[in-house]
Amino acid sequence: MSLTMFLGGLQEGLFYALLAMGVFISFRILNTPDLTTEGSYTLGVAVSAVLTVAGHPVLGLLCAFLAGAAAGSVTGLLQTKVGIHPILAGILTMSGLYTINTAVMGGKPDVTLTKTTIFNKLYEVFNINLQAFNRDRQAFTMAKEITVLIVGAVLALLVLALLIWFFRTHIGLCIRATGNNEAMVRSSSINAGGMKVLGLAVANGCTALAGGVMTQSGGFATISNGAGVLVVGLASVIIGEAIVGRRGVTVGLISAILGSVLYQCLIRLATSLNIFPAYYLKLVSAVIVAIALALPMIRENLGRHHRKGGKSHA
Amino acid sequence: MLELRHVTKTFAKGTVNEHTALRDVSLTLQDDDFITILGSNGAGKSTLFGAIAGTFYVDEGEILLDGKHLEGLPEHKRARAVGTLFQDPMKGTAPDLTIEENLSLACNQTRRFPLAMAVQKKDLQFYREQLSAFQMGLEDRMKMKVGLLSGGQRQALTLLMATIAHPKLLLLDEHTAALDPATAEKVMAITVQIVREQKIPTMMITHNMGQALTTGNRTIMMDAGQIILDIAGDERKEMTVPKLMTLYSGARGKELDNDRMLLSQ
Repeated sequence: MSLTMFLGGLQEGLFYALLAMGVFISFRILNTPDLTTEGSYTLGVAVSAVLTVAGHPVLGLLCAFLAGAAAGSVTGLLQTKVGIHPILAGILTMSGLYTINTAVMGGKPDVTLTKTTIFNKLYEVFNINLQAFNRDRQAFTMAKEITVLIVGAVLALLVLALLIWFFRTHIGLCIRATGNNEAMVRSSSINAGGMKVLGLAVANGCTALAGGVMTQSGGFATISNGAGVLVVGLASVIIGEAIVGRRGVTVGLISAILGSVLYQCLIRLATSLNIFPAYYLKLVSAVIVAIALALPMIRENLGRHHRKGGKSHA
Repeated sequence: MLELRHVTKTFAKGTVNEHTALRDVSLTLQDDDFITILGSNGAGKSTLFGAIAGTFYVDEGEILLDGKHLEGLPEHKRARAVGTLFQDPMKGTAPDLTIEENLSLACNQTRRFPLAMAVQKKDLQFYREQLSAFQMGLEDRMKMKVGLLSGGQRQALTLLMATIAHPKLLLLDEHTAALDPATAEKVMAITVQIVREQKIPTMMITHNMGQALTTGNRTIMMDAGQIILDIAGDERKEMTVPKLMTLYSGARGKELDNDRMLLSQ
């Protein structure tokens, strides 16, 4: 695996870590599969792209988070206020968001980020320009890549720290309790519905932020950016858990970041070795997630067969 | 003081399954009352608790707790004043949260700013004191996940969580029925102690007729959504299980049938 490939995996892994943490919140903390993810990721892409083009890349990231949170709230309200099945509520929001996302991008299916992104801004701050590196093209590229890496790491760690803090606060604890034992929360004085809405808002805010920073890094936004990101997030969460194990919220969030980086590196490795063509990626990801989710059941069945076998021998 | 005035609840109204679970029930609970509730299956005991706790809204009637109307409030708004325990020890605690986190949830609903740390050092001593009263060693396992505790330990913790914020009413729905006899006795002793110390008006559903007559100060019996017997004082002191059975058949013209009813004295 070449250094640039590893660097690319690390960069995208850190950007997708925001998505993985969002998925961890909905999937593990709230205990609901949230299909809003695909729509809210693209919403983050669209909002961030449009505001970057308008000359506000930092505001673009902030608004991406807020827009994602709003999308998550809609799903939450559909679930709690009008009692729509969680999966269907997510599908409805995701479907509706396609129109919203296209509208945000001015009715066009894609936007090219011609103006300064946060990355270009940082290149300026770090005084990375073509003149300075005129003689050494490779050093110039490297400096750029490392800047991207630093942005990803800082953003991931910042969001991680905020989420760790948030889930230790009183309201964060109420959200965790709601995902953990809803029957208990319903008979306590916590507003279970409100906690679900808030939890989904935070989760989709993180997801949209991932889309927002990803599009600024790539310099291009399309309406189909979000396709398949839920599986990417799930795969990251599951790979992280496979390595670190399933323990508390803090460890879970950290393992989501690790899983995301590892997943992106593995995918680059697999495609570079020509194990499969790039378009196989979604199928491979889906199969990985399906197998990982099936493991507990497979283990149980194997155990039963062993016991059966033992009995017949005895 | 809890007052129920002409409370009626019918489930599945207008269908073939229509079932009136509470029929014009009126009941007044004084502040020093500890009422035990008996009744056959489907008599309306748990429905009565549901009506008070707000699991559903009643069709007719008023429910007042210390003069405040409850009947229009959602469940989580009533929960601040009404502590509830169920038979299932899994129902009252969050298994993946630690003991101290569970206690913090119960403690801080009204007094903590939402973004303040949930578990704070200054509370831990208080939690530890409260837990040590149970003599179950829970005070030394504050950082343990509640899912790892036994049913009895979880139910004791649930009891503490339900009473730690000083509710105005405590509802116990056969909260020791799922525990082994020794643990049930222990949890029951803790219950009586907490109720006495904190002077919480309490209602307890039980299927143990002997326990119903010896615990608390008043016993009511329900059947077909109505209160058919309400005894206290001397009348209750002289009551025995066989007399109670006779009274029931006399009042209803049928045998008391609760498949889990214990007839111990």
